[in-house]
Amino acid sequence: MIPLSHILLLSVILFTLGAAGFIIRRNVITVFMCIELMLNAVNLAFIAFSRRLPSLDGQLFVFFVIVVAAAEAAVGLAIIVALYRNRNSLAIDDVDSMKM
Amino acid sequence: MEILLLLMLLPPLAGAALNGIFGRRFSHGLVSVIGCGSAGIAAIFAIAAALTSHLGPDTPPFVHGYFTWIQAGSFRTDFALYYDRLTLIMTLVVTVIGFLIHMYSRGYMEHEGGYYRFFCYLNLFLFMMLVLITAGSYPVMFVGWEGVGLCSYLLIGFYFPKKSASDAGKKAFIVTRIGDAGFTVGVALLFWTFGTVNFPELFPKVAALGLGDQQHTLTAACLLLFLGAVGKSAQLPLYVWLPDAMEGPTPVSALIHAATMVTAGVYMVARSNVLFVHAPEALKTVSAVGCITAFFAATIALCQNDLKRMLAYSTISQLGYMFTGCGVAVFSSGIFHLMTHACFKALLFLAAGSVMHAMSGELDMRIMGGLRHKMPTTFWTFLIATLAISGVPGFAGFFSKDGILAATYSGPLGSPWLYWLLTITAGLTAFYMFRGLFMTFCGKSRVPHDLEHHVHESSSKMTVPLMILAVFSIVAGYVGIPEVLGGSERFDHFLEPVFGSSQNLLASNGVAAAHTASELVLMIGSLTAAGVGILVAYWFYLRSPEIPEGLATAFSGAYRTLVNKYYVDEFYNWLIVQPVVVGSRKFLWQFVDTGVIDGAVNGSAEATADVGQVLRRIQSGNIRSYAAWVLLGAVGWLGYLLLR
Amino acid sequence: MTSVGSADFIRILPELVLSGFALLVMMLEPVTPAGKKTVLGWVSVVGVILAGLAAAAIAFFPGSAFSASISNDGYSVYLIELLLLIALLTLLGSMAYLERDAIDHGEYYALILMATAGGAFMVASTELIMVFIGLEISSISTYILAGYKRGELQSNESSVKYFLLGSFATAFFLYGIAFVYGLTGTTNLDVIRETLVNSPSSANPQLLWLAVILMFVGLAFKVSTAPFQIWTPDVYQGAPAPVTAYLSTAPKAAAFAVLVRLLIGSFGHVASAGPLIFWLLWISAVLTMCLGNLAALWQSNVKRLLAYSSIAHAGYILVGVTAGGAEGTSSVLFYLGGYALMNVGAFILVAHLAGADERRTDVEDFTGLAADRPGMAACLTVFMLSLAGFPSTVGFFAKFYVFRAAMHAHLTGLTVIALLNSVVSVYYYLRLVVAMYMGEGKTQVNEASIPRALGFAIAVSLIGIFFLGLFPSGLLSDLTSLHVPWL
Repeated sequence: MIPLSHILLLSVILFTLGAAGFIIRRNVITVFMCIELMLNAVNLAFIAFSRRLPSLDGQLFVFFVIVVAAAEAAVGLAIIVALYRNRNSLAIDDVDSMKM
Repeated sequence: MEILLLLMLLPPLAGAALNGIFGRRFSHGLVSVIGCGSAGIAAIFAIAAALTSHLGPDTPPFVHGYFTWIQAGSFRTDFALYYDRLTLIMTLVVTVIGFLIHMYSRGYMEHEGGYYRFFCYLNLFLFMMLVLITAGSYPVMFVGWEGVGLCSYLLIGFYFPKKSASDAGKKAFIVTRIGDAGFTVGVALLFWTFGTVNFPELFPKVAALGLGDQQHTLTAACLLLFLGAVGKSAQLPLYVWLPDAMEGPTPVSALIHAATMVTAGVYMVARSNVLFVHAPEALKTVSAVGCITAFFAATIALCQNDLKRMLAYSTISQLGYMFTGCGVAVFSSGIFHLMTHACFKALLFLAAGSVMHAMSGELDMRIMGGLRHKMPTTFWTFLIATLAISGVPGFAGFFSKDGILAATYSGPLGSPWLYWLLTITAGLTAFYMFRGLFMTFCGKSRVPHDLEHHVHESSSKMTVPLMILAVFSIVAGYVGIPEVLGGSERFDHFLEPVFGSSQNLLASNGVAAAHTASELVLMIGSLTAAGVGILVAYWFYLRSPEIPEGLATAFSGAYRTLVNKYYVDEFYNWLIVQPVVVGSRKFLWQFVDTGVIDGAVNGSAEATADVGQVLRRIQSGNIRSYAAWVLLGAVGWLGYLLLR
Repeated sequence: MTSVGSADFIRILPELVLSGFALLVMMLEPVTPAGKKTVLGWVSVVGVILAGLAAAAIAFFPGSAFSASISNDGYSVYLIELLLLIALLTLLGSMAYLERDAIDHGEYYALILMATAGGAFMVASTELIMVFIGLEISSISTYILAGYKRGELQSNESSVKYFLLGSFATAFFLYGIAFVYGLTGTTNLDVIRETLVNSPSSANPQLLWLAVILMFVGLAFKVSTAPFQIWTPDVYQGAPAPVTAYLSTAPKAAAFAVLVRLLIGSFGHVASAGPLIFWLLWISAVLTMCLGNLAALWQSNVKRLLAYSSIAHAGYILVGVTAGGAEGTSSVLFYLGGYALMNVGAFILVAHLAGADERRTDVEDFTGLAADRPGMAACLTVFMLSLAGFPSTVGFFAKFYVFRAAMHAHLTGLTVIALLNSVVSVYYYLRLVVAMYMGEGKTQVNEASIPRALGFAIAVSLIGIFFLGLFPSGLLSDLTSLHVPWL
């Protein structure tokens, strides 16, 4: 059986990758994918804890998170489509017309 | 009783709300029915409250807390009303005279724009004034105090497109703020010392002290409260706003700047009598300021040619009398004069308004004269009021002014110089009032030809309130006939439950005037002064009008000083306004705004300490950098967790 | 196993009513002719009012629902009513705006209702997963609302920024929940409190606080405390002004409610909390106040100025949270109520004055407004004075109670910093007032008279501002005696 710490370490790595990717990548879609990566890191943690505790709640929460992430993806992609229509570009650095 | 008081307070508020919200759509008739009706209902309930209160000599004041208003730690103030004999007199004066002035305004404002707005403000004023005088604690009083100030500001600037009117409003607002600051600090000091600012708790606490306990605190608190009164009641040195306040419509001058609001300071001092008698030094300041103001304002009034301004200075002078009465610790004499003054000064202003109406807004007495024949009712009522203010026996002012004069000589804190100065002032008062009367109504007409045919007696909407006030100006004095004239000083005895303990305190501590004189002798002194004043006025302005001009040329320096009101406005302008303007221009604008703020905004990249630049760099608009900030925040907090 | 009964559904009646009306509006939308969509706005208003009545009614059925994931207590009822009030004012303030800018579709109203339902779940929930779901319902709705002017660059940009950064922060919040679950075996706040208080050594304290900080990041983003305030000015400026009115108040109030439940209600009771939570809040409060006020001084756009002002206000509210205890909590709740009244009022009025497509939102555009439209200028002045905290407005007592709670908690330094900040803030609020009254010449802003619904909304907020500014004690004493178990 894989120890809890191993899975948690993987989860932390995935989460960090997602966060770093958000900051490094320049395409809006990729940035959005990085958020999905972070959410899935969380899901992994939930399942690991659920198996360890033992309690089924954690696995249930994962379903909630997946549903919410799906809703978020639907809305997010719609917003990104509107962005593309307005600017003909998906470069995240272009979106800075409002500043100090 | 608590219901009656509410029924007295709320109609003006409801009237103000109705006229304020829907007035634009109402007809003139409906607006005036709501406006006058609510004032009338307030007056009826004020009378009903007076009749049913059954305040015996020993009954404690009626106090009722309606709800907890502010609760903050140990500080607690209910929205409480306080009703004793002093409140009773004040509510009657305010509601009855207020009602009459509302009635008068129907005629006066008939052809003015903003009819509903005017009645809305007037009703709101009445409500605030009633809150002020029925307040059961200083914070509630402060609400009314600020409320009447606000209404006064709105009404002075009523003709706001006129620059002088809006300037006058601003001046009143700023000058009275100085006083209010003193009032607030005074109240805070009282709370700090005694732990309460509610009258029913504070006054007994202070009354239980001996003379001399907490002397310094009380003196400071009383002086601060008095500073508030000086601002509100236009005493030296903060009187400058009142003459300018005459820019407002005349009924406003009558109601707010003569009969009620400006007397709020006197009322507040009288209400706080328990505090003031424990601070004799403060009381001496009150009488000195009052007395000097009375004399000073009267001398300015001598040479004013604008009818309303003359009356304004006269109001300042008469308020000085009231403060002197309170300052020598004979509070009832001050309140008595407050009451009679409210009647005859309201009448004087309303009559002046009637003249102004007839003269198409003209107020310069030099181009009036002979109006007696064209406006008989206005003339006769003005005459009665003039006799009353001059202190001619038989009229209201005689009894009340005499009460103050007697008090200044033989009151607990009286002294002869107060008496003599006020007696001379009485002579001056008689002189300038009769000067005004003669110049306006008697002699030959100096009215320009194009105005001549327009001069007419005002409508009955305006003259009926004049006649009623004229009756008051005669009979109001008879409630307090002095003993020497066979009376029983009923007014003083009526107010004894309110002021008695204060006077006993002084008496039992041996504070009594060293000077005793027969009241009759004092009375003769003031009568002589009034008589001389009237005769001189007659001589100068009816018999030989060339004398005053000769005098003016002979003493041109003095004359010019008086016409220019001792250059006080100029002095303030030079001392305060100019430095502030220059300071704000030089410092705030050129240095802070142009130098600091613009410099910061336009600052070059070299200015590394420039906050604006730093903020600009942070707020770059870039999403990835924003995310980096969020991540940095999270990492920062986690780092703090690890390193703590 | 606990079974679900009718009592459970009664205790979420307001949320049910809101969701039902949101669905109703969505179903009516296709059959409502174009140009008549305002009807749907009125339907939503009815829904909000019914939900308000429902919330008042469920106050008589205190207790928990759905296996203790919803707690129906005085705290949640007050906050639900507050969210509904914000929704009501926003709806009333939006109708004419949407018609004017030709974006009057029914979804707008449905989204406001859904966002409010999400917020209501957040404030009523004692279960972290439930909080997360409520947070997401409200967030996703507001992501769309921020970009409601699809074709407009700034609105779209606002939406993109809000969506990406919002999701980013939510991931942190969720990660925090996962760790709490792993450490305590539960996500119920009441159970967590009891477990941790009764057996403090049951969880690794370092990991536990790591989890709390992760959750704090998520919530701090929503309430925009420094340094997580970074998105606020851009999003508030770009979003349609009535949406900004909603964004700056409702999600903020809901997130503060969760923050208080979490930090004061649950983890604040844990012995090892020690100075950690205290300094977390203290430093955040100081940073937020200073940053918000300093940046606001430089702004020339009214919406952006108000955005920074709302950051500063979040800082003042954090002062109350730092004070903690019953007094701090009640002062925070009072502040949220007062802040909602004045901020929604200010934004919906600015939305009207800015004119078609919000072309005029600079301070300079408001020059001389008082001469042309004295009534509107006076209303805006009242909002500004209240935001600045002048006496006799609710803004004064809101600050007063928060600062008093801080003083009673012996936070003298924090109170002094907060006082200095509110003095600084007077400058930029009055700048707008000065521009309106002192300026000469023709005003640049919209001169159309106020639409009836908007006028009503503004009147409600003005009455509220003055009523609570003159008689604050009644509400405060109610808020002080909420009878929640965690205080």
